[in-house]
Amino acid sequence: MSHSTSSNPGGQPVQQASLRTPLGRVRGRGAAGHGAHHWWMQRVTSVALLPLTLWFVAVLATNAGMTHGEALAWIGHPFNAVLLIALIALTFQHTASGLQVILEDYVNNEALRRGSILLVQGVSWLLGIAAVLAVLRIAV
Amino acid sequence: MSIMKDSREATMVGRRSDGTTVRRPLSPHLQVYDMLQMTSALSISHRITGVIWTAGVVVMVWWLVAAASGPSAFAWVQWFLGSFLGVLLLMGVTAAAWYHTLAGIRHLAWDAGWGYDIPTTYRTGRAVLIGTAVLTALTWLALLITWF
Repeated sequence: MSHSTSSNPGGQPVQQASLRTPLGRVRGRGAAGHGAHHWWMQRVTSVALLPLTLWFVAVLATNAGMTHGEALAWIGHPFNAVLLIALIALTFQHTASGLQVILEDYVNNEALRRGSILLVQGVSWLLGIAAVLAVLRIAV
Repeated sequence: MSIMKDSREATMVGRRSDGTTVRRPLSPHLQVYDMLQMTSALSISHRITGVIWTAGVVVMVWWLVAAASGPSAFAWVQWFLGSFLGVLLLMGVTAAAWYHTLAGIRHLAWDAGWGYDIPTTYRTGRAVLIGTAVLTALTWLALLITWF
């Protein structure tokens, strides 16, 4: 993003054409101080979600119309409960950060943008906690 | 240069090599851009399918919470998922999820620096579309076979 005239063959004084300070550019972590953390976490969660989602969809697609007892037995199995909680946590992390990027891109009004991002994060936390609690109530 | 109303306008300001400021030209946007190119269509579809998948995530939470709540709540969610509207919703989410998954793998390949040239981009784009159709059909075939 910085458009400094770094190539300076003529030897004239360099024009500082960026709003960033040289120290800020050296640190390279941007205005939020997180660098590429948000971007990187979205990749990490996507890789982790790949096998977890395939497993979840495969189980559901081959067990459509489960009875309540069958569902409790499946969710309550320790192996499934661990994977389900991992799936829930990663899904909501990935979803909230994806929706955040969309809001950052398209919502122009700053108050509305920040407010909607906080709302998405709040709802994601609550739904995620509710889902994890449901799994724990069945499994424990 | 006029006073900025939005901090993001700072990215629209550049300098010529002699140091004088210049307002960067805005690239031709929605009105003149060819919207039917596969590259841009698949790109925005990745976002749209991600948002659609959120509906499926909410259903997953409902299903889990209902299972924990008891038989009557669970009967409700199972009734809804088996209804016309529920099946329609799940079919849409299945297609969106497969698209988002396959296009996401394509994005990871790009992140690794692979597949940027135009012929490969079009080839992987077609593979994502065909893969979405095939995997959505296979998922529902498996679902319907085990359901009945």
